[in-house]
This record gives sequence, C-alpha cells and structure tokens, in this order.
Amino acid sequence: MIQKEAEKIFETRELNVNMGPQHPATHGVLRLVLDIDGETIVKVTPYVGYLHRGIEKLGESLSYFQALPLTDRMDYVSAMSNNIGYCVAVEKLYGIEAPERAKFIRTIVGEMSRIANHLLWLATHALDIGAMTVFLYCFREREWILDLYEMICGARLTVTYPRVGGVRNDVPQEFLDSLWKFTDEFPSRILEYETLIDQNRIWLLRTKGIGVISAEEAVSWGMTGPTLRGSGVTYDIRKHMPYDAYDKVEFDVPIGTEGDTYDRYRCRMLEMRQSNSIIRQCIEKLPTGPVMADAPKFTLQPKDAMMPITHPTKEVAYFIEEKACKGCGMCMRACPAKAIFGEKKKPHKIDQALCLQCATCFVTCKFKSMKIIPGGKGLSDEKLAELAAVPMPEEIAKAAEHLVKHFEFIKKGPKVPEGELYVATEVPKGELGFYFVSDGSGKPYRMRLRAPSFIHAGCLPRLCVGHLVADVIAAIGTIDIVLGECDR
Amino acid sequence: MAVTEVRISIHIAGLNPKDIAEKIKEQFPDQVIEVAEFRDQVSVIVKKDQIIPILKYLHDDPLLSFDHLQDLTAVDYQKKKDIRFEVVYNLYSIRYRHHIRIRAQVPENDPKINSVVPIWAGANWHERECYDMFGIVFIGHPDLRRILMPEDWEGYPLRKDYPLQGPALENDWPGFTEVLKRSKELREFEWEG
Repeated sequence: MIQKEAEKIFETRELNVNMGPQHPATHGVLRLVLDIDGETIVKVTPYVGYLHRGIEKLGESLSYFQALPLTDRMDYVSAMSNNIGYCVAVEKLYGIEAPERAKFIRTIVGEMSRIANHLLWLATHALDIGAMTVFLYCFREREWILDLYEMICGARLTVTYPRVGGVRNDVPQEFLDSLWKFTDEFPSRILEYETLIDQNRIWLLRTKGIGVISAEEAVSWGMTGPTLRGSGVTYDIRKHMPYDAYDKVEFDVPIGTEGDTYDRYRCRMLEMRQSNSIIRQCIEKLPTGPVMADAPKFTLQPKDAMMPITHPTKEVAYFIEEKACKGCGMCMRACPAKAIFGEKKKPHKIDQALCLQCATCFVTCKFKSMKIIPGGKGLSDEKLAELAAVPMPEEIAKAAEHLVKHFEFIKKGPKVPEGELYVATEVPKGELGFYFVSDGSGKPYRMRLRAPSFIHAGCLPRLCVGHLVADVIAAIGTIDIVLGECDR
Repeated sequence: MAVTEVRISIHIAGLNPKDIAEKIKEQFPDQVIEVAEFRDQVSVIVKKDQIIPILKYLHDDPLLSFDHLQDLTAVDYQKKKDIRFEVVYNLYSIRYRHHIRIRAQVPENDPKINSVVPIWAGANWHERECYDMFGIVFIGHPDLRRILMPEDWEGYPLRKDYPLQGPALENDWPGFTEVLKRSKELREFEWEG
C-alpha cells in the first residue's frame, strides 16, 4: 500500500546520461548515451565520428606511396603496425616481396609496437579502474621503446618507417644492443606490474565477471585480437595467414576461457611476454643483406642523387625567368605556401619571403621557366635575376633531373594490374584489413580500411548492458579502442 | 590459471577457394554471375535478391562454416560497370582457415539489399557505415542511421560523384582573406628561434 502511494508521488523512469565525448576515460572522443535504471545500464548508444578525416576518400586520390603516412594517423599508439599492415597489403598487390632482413626488422618493430600498445593500454585501463602506480610504471618502459623508435627513424609517434618493399633504412648496431638490453629487463618489469594488480582485490572485483562474452558470440560480433582470444577462440592472423617473419619464429598464443575483462587482461600480459621472446629470436636470427626489395619499378630509390637541391644546408632559391614564363598559372595553383602571384598570361613572381623551397613549382612548370639558384636564399629579386642569367651548374642540373623523375614517380605511382585484394594483418588491437580495388592505374580505385577499433566500439552495447555505470569504464578499457582508428 | 598459452600450427589448409566458388555455383546456379580470381583470392559476383540464403548457406554449412565476417563494404563503379554498386563481403572460416569474397550487385535506381545482421551481429556497424558513405539501404537493419558523418549531412561521401574538396573557405567566410592578408603583412615581425 505504502509502495503504491510512493509510486504515485515519485514517478520512476529511466535516466538518460550523456558520457563523453570529452570524458577522460573514453580514450578519445567517444560519446556514449546511457539509459540507466538506478545504477544499472539498460541501453548504451555509442556515437562515433568526431575524428573522421575521410582517409578512405583521400586514399582514392593519392598514389600508393602517398597514402602510407595516412595510416600512421589511424592508430597513433601503434603506428608501426599500421604501416606494416599497409606495406604488406601493397606489396601483395604489386607482386613484390621484401628481402629477408627487412622482414625480420619489420617483425621486430611490429612486436615492439605491440608491447608499446599493450603498455599504454594497461596504463590507461588500470588508471581508469583506479590503479595509479601502474600508469607511471608502464610509461617508463614505453618511453624506452619510443626512444628506440627515434634511434631508427627519428620519429616517436608517427614513424612511417616501413616502406613498400622493405624498410626505410637499416637498423644501427646500437639499436639492436639497446633492444637486447630491453628484452633482458622487460620480463622482470612485467612481473612488477603483475605484483601490483594481478592479485589485487580491487582489481579482481572490478574485472572478474565484467563484460562476459562467449566464444560464438564474440566471433559473430566480429571481434579480433586479444579481445577475441580472451573468450577462447584460437584466431591469430600471425599464425593463420603468416606474413613477414612470423612463420620463422616460435611463439605461443595466449587463450582465455571465461571471456571476461580479467581474462582479456591476462591474455595481453602473456602476449607481451611472447612479443618479447619473438624480438629476441628475431635479433638472434637477423640475416644480413639489403633492406629494400630489388624492384626499381615498384620501390622508392635512394634520394642521394637530388641532395644538392633538397638538403636543408644547400640554401637554394627558386626564381621565375620573365622571358620563359607564359603565365599559365600552373605553379600558382600547385604552390602549397601560396607564395607565387601574378596575372594570367603575364610572368608570375615568387614571394621569396613565403617560399618554402619545396620545389613543387619547379616540377610543375612545363615551359622550363624556373631556375634553381644555389645559395640564393634571402637575396633580392634583382640580384636573383642577375644570377639566373648564368646557366645552372652541372651538379644542380643533374639533381634537378632526378627531382623531376622522383616527383612523377611518387605522384603517378607504378601501374598495378586490375583486380582486388583483401589483406589482413594482426595489429595489437586486432585484425587490420586493407581492401584495395585497383583499376589498372597507380592509384587505388577504392581503399577500404577494416579497423578493429570500429568493430570493437560497436560491441560496447553488448558488453555493458546489465552492468553498473562504473563498469562501462572497464568495458571501454578492455576492448582497447583508439578513436583515431575507429573514425578514420 | 584460466588463461593458457597454446601453440597454433601454421599450416592447416582449408578448402581451395575455387572449390568453394564451385559449391556456391552448384547450390545457386541462377544467382552466380561471375567468378573472378586475383592473386590467389577468389570473389564470387552474385545477384542481390538471394544474398541472405547464399550467406546463410556459407555460414551454416558444416564443411564451409564461414563464421567470421572480416569485412563488409561497398564499391562504387560509376561509369565503369552497368550496375553501379557492389556490396562486398569478405568471409573467413576460423575453423577451416579458408577465405572467400562475395560481391552482390546493387543497381543505382534501387539501392537496397537485405541486411545480414541476423547472421553476423558485427555487421551492424559495417552496414551503417555503408549506408552513411554510399547511401545503400539495408532492409531489416535494426538501427540504420548515419555513423561517421553528422546526422544532418547531405550526400554520400564515398560515391565517385562526390567532390574530394569542399568549397573554398574564402566563399564561405569572407573574413578568411582578411586574416590571410594580415598574416602576410605581419610576417616580417616573426620572431627568430
């Protein structure tokens, strides 16, 4: 009786709560609309797309070489794996194969990125659930890996180190030494993290039995990677469709049984140990030889020949000869800095203050009205005109020839036979697939990226319903998503 | 401990993709239009009407058992083929380790195809993205809304007739040219270092 009275006075209904897109625990710009009954989740509606940059559309207008740096910007915490996935796919499309040494190096850096990714995942996941110390410990080791990246390619985040047909440059010996030292120490570091949380009562209560999904359901939802293997499915692309050097190293695949957050956490911890052992095997077996495929039709050639122009210490200036310029406006449109101005059918001029010395105008000009003037940076227009009257030195002329060839090669790209291809690789987050449709030109007719984070974010409603609001954070952490990859 | 490490062998070859294509041809003789092969991957081009029975057969048949939908997307063949769109299903069998690609033709004047969400739950977001980017309607989809683009967006970005670049900012916002001009003027005062 009293209850009925109370129901009349206090109307009960589900509460609609908006979580994100700027919530620190949503790992990027993910917005969830939660329908909650008390503190129990009734319905979850994820909203994604805040980071959509149209990489698939962009890829259609770029040659296969030009689209490579875009893949860095997808999953920015393990950019190396994305690059490898793209290169493996394009190599298969071209029908070329990377040399043995390059394959081993790619396996090494790929596994390094797996460790770096899992460390970041563990750090943020633990932080979300309330373990602050793990965060600091993990970043200590991740820093070491990023320093190693810097040693081989100069970049820490967006690396673009693997190239179509191999890798950009050979690794120095000091890199291998430092990496060997890392692999020596790393297992003891994993033990450190596990001491902190493995048997921790709070950690167990927050992860055991949360976000349970059965094997059949996980496969049906399209889950891949450690997220799937936590449910006990033996699907690892490194074993199913081996690429690079994965068929030459020995490693085990951790498989869970319960399919809950705790099992997925254990899978990733054991996977880090396996990655560590793969790196050690690769360093031991690392063969000698070239790191770029011997296929000049399909791979980028060394850029030494055009160094007299492009090296930053050579202070060249570009100048338009008034006699030769027809005023077609091609260079004006091509200039990325908008440094060229002038009217139609009248000679154009370069604003030297704005010029970036990128050589785009030089390559674009069809009437050969452009002059490269070595040491001309910062000089006045009159002085440049004087210097332009003298013919270009032989060294510069030769380099310019190479430069034009290089531009053409990158822009048009080598011709690819007509066909379509789907190539999947195992990135730390799951299965990264590239689906290319080629129409016979140097650019993809359709470039499709199958991003694991996108699929995993779609599983969120399935994992959260029935749990408490606090468990949503654990569920977001356990599927390991990065929104840059989800939105592309 | 619940989590164990297992050694998966590398080579368990499933069926040859050509044999799978033959099987589909046998089962649905009037549906298969063409079988294409490129770099050891086989794709079967089918009509869209019977797409659910075909995919259900591939999913349920005990010898095929395509339980993993790797990817679902569409391709726009404007001016290249008579039938404009193709919805592409990349299927993989985790048990037998074989792969096949099904391409269903969808005409421009009737861009509709049955949804495969009842077979693979994960197709939900793939189909929403497909609808978002190509405007292909999936009949029977539980929640067909735009996903990556804003809800009020006009046009379908991945269609070939959709421009790559939007209108110049100058037309949209006249203040932009002013800002550009001003930044050019102030450039000489830029600090070194």
